[in-house]
Amino acid sequence: MNIFLSPFVHLGRSTLSILQRVGSIALFGLKGLSGIVRPPFYAAIFGRTLVEIGFLSLPVVALTAIFSGGVIALQSYSGFRHYHAENAIANIVVLSITRELGPVLAGLMVAGRVGAALSAQIGTMRVTDQIDALRTLSTDPMKYLVTPRLLAAIVALPFLVLIADILGVFGGFTVAVGKLGFTPESYMNSTLASLNAMDVSVGLIKAAVFGFLIALLGCYHGYHSKGGAEGVGAAATATVVTASILLLTFDYLLTDLFFTS
Amino acid sequence: MTQQPRIRIRGLKKSFGSKVVLDGVDLDVETGTSMVIIGGSGTGKSVLLRCILGLIEPDAGTIEIDGVDVLRAKPHHQHQIRQNIGMLFQNAALFDSMSVLDNVMFGLRAKRRAQSKPLLRSEMQPEALTLLSQVGLDEAVGTLSPSELSGGMQKRVGLARAIAGHPNILFFDEPTTGLDPIMGAVIDGLIADCVSHLGSTAIAITHDMASAQRIGNRAAMLYQGKLIWQGQASELMHSGNPIVDQFTHGRREGPIKTEHPL
Ligand SMILES: Nc1ncnc2c1ncn2[C@@H]1O[C@H](COP(=O)(O)OP(=O)(O)O)[C@@H](O)[C@H]1O
Ligand SMILES: [Mg+2]
Repeated sequence: MNIFLSPFVHLGRSTLSILQRVGSIALFGLKGLSGIVRPPFYAAIFGRTLVEIGFLSLPVVALTAIFSGGVIALQSYSGFRHYHAENAIANIVVLSITRELGPVLAGLMVAGRVGAALSAQIGTMRVTDQIDALRTLSTDPMKYLVTPRLLAAIVALPFLVLIADILGVFGGFTVAVGKLGFTPESYMNSTLASLNAMDVSVGLIKAAVFGFLIALLGCYHGYHSKGGAEGVGAAATATVVTASILLLTFDYLLTDLFFTS
Repeated sequence: MTQQPRIRIRGLKKSFGSKVVLDGVDLDVETGTSMVIIGGSGTGKSVLLRCILGLIEPDAGTIEIDGVDVLRAKPHHQHQIRQNIGMLFQNAALFDSMSVLDNVMFGLRAKRRAQSKPLLRSEMQPEALTLLSQVGLDEAVGTLSPSELSGGMQKRVGLARAIAGHPNILFFDEPTTGLDPIMGAVIDGLIADCVSHLGSTAIAITHDMASAQRIGNRAAMLYQGKLIWQGQASELMHSGNPIVDQFTHGRREGPIKTEHPL
């Protein structure tokens, strides 16, 4: 092969293989989602995963949100003090939490916490033949394993983000009142004045999309893992990395879609 | 008129990448027989079972079950046929998120769902406990999780789960590998009992000649992608085929090349 051409050939090959991967993940996702309308639906697994995702992620999401809210209050105070615009602080906290930080931080936390766990769970079932065993017992593993997990993540993430929104604003409130000398009433009033239903609902829509992406990548990598325990570990790592990148990509796309017009 | 074989395989081929694993396998398994398949590690014995089960798509060839070409039948029909096959996986493949009893009930549920019979836990529990006792396990084992069981007990649970749906075809992938000789003999006994109790047709993979003769009445050897010998299980030790003899007697010298001298 011509040495001047070979980098382009290489580039072409890797682009093709990435496109192929994207296609296969998208198909996997569609197949998983279509299980919602084709019976049987495994409600018990849906419920269990919902609790797993919602409940297990609650502490990390809550702590992250409280500290982020607090830190935004602190940073914007030091920045805006010179312009006598302290009242803008509540506004900045509310806007940044509901629009961006709530969904993105909760999403990243869940990607690490739940994405890895999902892919390890399903990956272990793959390498120990449990997925094949399901098929020999007349059970469609896509419907049994993937569909309920996708759905549970789509439902759980908005719930977590709602809590992150509340706790983030509360974190800002605590710092503003406890440290920066605001009165609770005036800070609360500015907070309520800044609160916008559109911001919150777009944040929740983002959350649902993030939930879908995290569960999709976790299930996909787990489902296709091979090579024993090592392969399961590799699948978990791949899930966290790809889910985090995709999550930020989709955050940008969704922000562009909803807020710039 | 000869009876149609329960399983009839012709020209089955499967490669992974450039690696040819099955290279034209022909096999008939008559109704009611127990066929033992022997062959070196990595020769494709599990791949053969997986092709019949529909877990792997072969590249070429036909698989007929009761005269129906399963590879070309409609998905729904394929599913129906394969519902009648029970499989005991090499490492038992128990669902580790469920208790032992739930594993067995999963086997019961699979069949019931197809027949729209009751799926209530309380109604299936007695039947699941009967299955456990059939494979020699105590009721108390039902509440344990699979990871708390020894290898032999896991195989028993796997057996109970596989026979729960009363399949008329049973597959066993190395059922005694990894067990001590006594436990191996016990599992062989259970397998032979289950097969005769259900009147099933069976295919068992094994490396263990004693086990082969306890489970099987027919035997075949897979070598380099083909079944190079078929005969009675009782002839395994004196087949007259140099490859089979080398394998069954575990000789280092002979036509089989030890490609991996590790
Ligand atoms: N899903 C798969 N993908 C790639 N290679 C496989 C797959 N399944 C089996 N193989 C290869 O096929 C060969 C036969 O495997 P197997 O049937 O498991 O052997 P055994 O006879 O010991 O049961 C092995 O070399 C294995 O690496
Ligand atoms: Mg094998």
